[in-house]
Amino acid sequence: MAQQGTERVKRGMAEMQKGGVIMDVVNAEQARIAEAAGAVAVMALERVPADIRAAGGVARMADPTIVEEVMAAVSIPVMAKARIGHFVEAKVLEALGVDYIDESEVLTPADEVFHINKGDFTVPFVCGARDLGEALRRIGEGASMIRTKGEPGTGNIVEAVRHQRMMQSQIRKIASMSTDELMAEAKAIGAPYELLKQVHETGKLPVVNFAAGGVATPADAALMMHLGSDGVFVGSGIFKSDNPERFARAIVEATTHYEDYALIGNLSKNLGNAMKGIDVTSLLENERMAVRGW
Amino acid sequence: MKIGVLALQGAVAEHIQLLQQAGAEAVTVKRVEQLDELDGLVLPGGESTAIGKLMKKYGFDVALQEFSAQKKPLFGTCAGLIILAGEIEGQDWTHLGLMNMKVARNAFGRQRESFEIDLPIPGVAEDFRAVFIRAPLIREVGDNVNILARYKDEIVAARQGHLLCASFHPELTDDSRMHAYFLQMVKEYRSQVAVGTV
Repeated sequence: MAQQGTERVKRGMAEMQKGGVIMDVVNAEQARIAEAAGAVAVMALERVPADIRAAGGVARMADPTIVEEVMAAVSIPVMAKARIGHFVEAKVLEALGVDYIDESEVLTPADEVFHINKGDFTVPFVCGARDLGEALRRIGEGASMIRTKGEPGTGNIVEAVRHQRMMQSQIRKIASMSTDELMAEAKAIGAPYELLKQVHETGKLPVVNFAAGGVATPADAALMMHLGSDGVFVGSGIFKSDNPERFARAIVEATTHYEDYALIGNLSKNLGNAMKGIDVTSLLENERMAVRGW
Repeated sequence: MKIGVLALQGAVAEHIQLLQQAGAEAVTVKRVEQLDELDGLVLPGGESTAIGKLMKKYGFDVALQEFSAQKKPLFGTCAGLIILAGEIEGQDWTHLGLMNMKVARNAFGRQRESFEIDLPIPGVAEDFRAVFIRAPLIREVGDNVNILARYKDEIVAARQGHLLCASFHPELTDDSRMHAYFLQMVKEYRSQVAVGTV
């Protein structure tokens, strides 16, 4: 019997994205540029995070017309975002046929207590996390892929670095703990015990772990790969730059060859301006997206 | 025996793990200069469009033609199968174009249609757990291609001399029998080199 939507099939889809770049796009033309540059998937949105910040108000799931337009334009996988806790938006996206759903803090949360029960879906989910406890809570709910939250739409890598460093150092700590200490640690970081035990045994997250939230240059992407990311999401960084096609290609190559500094130097020449960016410390607490979800 | 896994993008670590489990030395390959020291190469699952573009950019398209001309074995899974195909449905170009077969990309549909199932693969296993993820299919094969496995009458694994491919992902299981089969092909190649027939 053929089995669909199994843990292996859902997590396996994310394994196939490793070493790649997933790009935010808002229409078919941008999706084609992303695919031609070597993106491994695109995230179909109504606005990129920088524009969501600028627009204010409530940010919701994209108009299905945009999602369908993007799906028709490219042969690579198409992801789309649902609001935290908004399982109906997620069911709609699944029905549309998107390949991956991002339960995303970039949109205005629909539920301040509960995230979506992601085990209830055939389509896989990616969720943001700032630390290991948050990552394992999302995996416990059925997420098949994790990404750092970073601070979306800022073009500022500092928060993504903070989150990935935190996650990797916690993983190293858990791996070196004695088994006796695991339950107390599970309680302390709010992580499901069985998943924490897996991290202890394998020394890694049970799912693929990408970087997101602030990647704006080829060097940013390479930095995140060095810090242990399996791949990179670029939101506003491409289509808010001066030359999206060149930025997209350069970020793809820098992600593959993240240890080749001469190459990254060449890729970075005459790229034009990266997105302008925002100093994260200038954001008010209620303007921060990373604190959405728990 | 030293086997490389093309590491431009995709599920590289999983192939390395299974190759080691099957008894080979396995290394990641990001530069064409590394190909000389290898006895065989795995083209992993990933996104074929992304891998294909990076292959071309870094000269793997030409270098792997030479690699194959020396009869060094190649094993492609999912995206790797598309990279090996001699014809790709709906497009007028190929990546390496090495195998005499026509393939269809995303032939089962989108991710929600992805699935896993036990398949018999004669000469490899009776019940191999085959994981299909936005998988391609082999529509037709030439006379010199052996069909290794079918799912619902469609061809999902094949071999043409020193070239092996599967539309599913053995690397997403802990079953190394398909990799052991590939290592056997590499041994055959090495014994042919030893007697000077290639």
